[in-house]
Amino acid sequence: MTPSVLAGLVGAALVGLGLYGLIIHPHPLRKLLAFNLIGSGVFLVFGLVARRGAAAGFAFDPVPQAMVITGIVVAFAASAVAVALILRLAVEAGRVTLDPEAWSRPKGEDAK
Amino acid sequence: MSLLPYLDVGLALLIVGVAVWIIAARDLFASVVSYVAYGLLLAFVWIRLYAPDVALTEAAVGGGVTGVLLITAGKRLGALKSIAPEAQPGLAFKLLIGVLAALVAGALGAVIMMLPDPPPSLAPEAAAAAAGAGAGLGNPITAVLISYRSFDTMLEKIVLILAVVGVWSVGTDKAWGDTPAPFRRPKPYAPMVFLAQMLAPIGALIGIHIFWVGANAPGGAFQGGALLAAMWMVTMMARLVEPPRVDAQWLRLALVAGPAVFLIAGLAGEVVAGSFFAYPPGLAKPIILVIEAFMLVSITAALPMLVAGPPSERSEQ
Repeated sequence: MTPSVLAGLVGAALVGLGLYGLIIHPHPLRKLLAFNLIGSGVFLVFGLVARRGAAAGFAFDPVPQAMVITGIVVAFAASAVAVALILRLAVEAGRVTLDPEAWSRPKGEDAK
Repeated sequence: MSLLPYLDVGLALLIVGVAVWIIAARDLFASVVSYVAYGLLLAFVWIRLYAPDVALTEAAVGGGVTGVLLITAGKRLGALKSIAPEAQPGLAFKLLIGVLAALVAGALGAVIMMLPDPPPSLAPEAAAAAAGAGAGLGNPITAVLISYRSFDTMLEKIVLILAVVGVWSVGTDKAWGDTPAPFRRPKPYAPMVFLAQMLAPIGALIGIHIFWVGANAPGGAFQGGALLAAMWMVTMMARLVEPPRVDAQWLRLALVAGPAVFLIAGLAGEVVAGSFFAYPPGLAKPIILVIEAFMLVSITAALPMLVAGPPSERSEQ
């Protein structure tokens, strides 16, 4: 097995792990971390495709690699917006939760 | 040479292990810190995939800047009360989701083992872009980003601006126009000040160097900009400089400079070279360097603003 195929398989494992965490964790920031794991897993699969596409004197296909660079920056921008939303939601609700009922309950009172 | 396969397997196991820890750790902060380590480990995999440009971006943006963002958020959320424990899903549900996630990962793995042979490749087109319209760019990634897929790169800069607008929009009405909160420490912290004074000049120099060599070697506006942004953040954390007010004119000009210059160059290409985002032959390299320089300014301005979050009232501190 070549290193690039190994990296692709790691990417597949990361997608599975991220998907699991995204569904299981009730904490919004944990969900965001899990979502980023899925993203980097997809990027690694892109990396394998780029490595396999070696041609024209390059050791890699530059097009998927350039798309991954764009993807990393866009993923960061989306994460920043998500963090801002999570923080504002937490401050407004008085607790860190995605529970839609948390708004209607008075602050400091727990879900039963 | 015979050692490398073992290193590859070890690195793969380490990354999957850290990823498991990110998901499984009980403590939120432990999870966030391991995500930073995870970003740096991924950079090594990218080097093994013959992608030094991606490795630089992953280490700077994926590990570094995202790490600052998440640690800041984790600390602020840690001060707030978390959800009640009964919101945790039951064991049967966890098992079901585990099986489903394993199925998805397995299917993806199977697809990876069955990729078409010979593999499709856009490398010849990219080589043409590097040699032709991109005239004399030694780094094919930069040629693809600025010439072959220039429209994507321009839109991506606009995504950064939209994200800054989105982050600023969730601030309260009363705080509008003020400076963002997380960098505002009550008192300067001496070791942090020392670190910022030592690191920032060297870091800024390396950032500009990475941008400058990006035309011919691994590097470019993304990676250099991320490094410059990190240095700005370090000096703001040490309170050597104050974060700018979000309604500052120069900040907004810096944010839009990159995409604006890129778009103007693209439109000028329509007139001068005959098509949108075409560069006149012979002048291509200087034009691309000018576009990249303005993009560097925009990235350096946008990343710290995204990490700093919405403007907040001074009384909140």
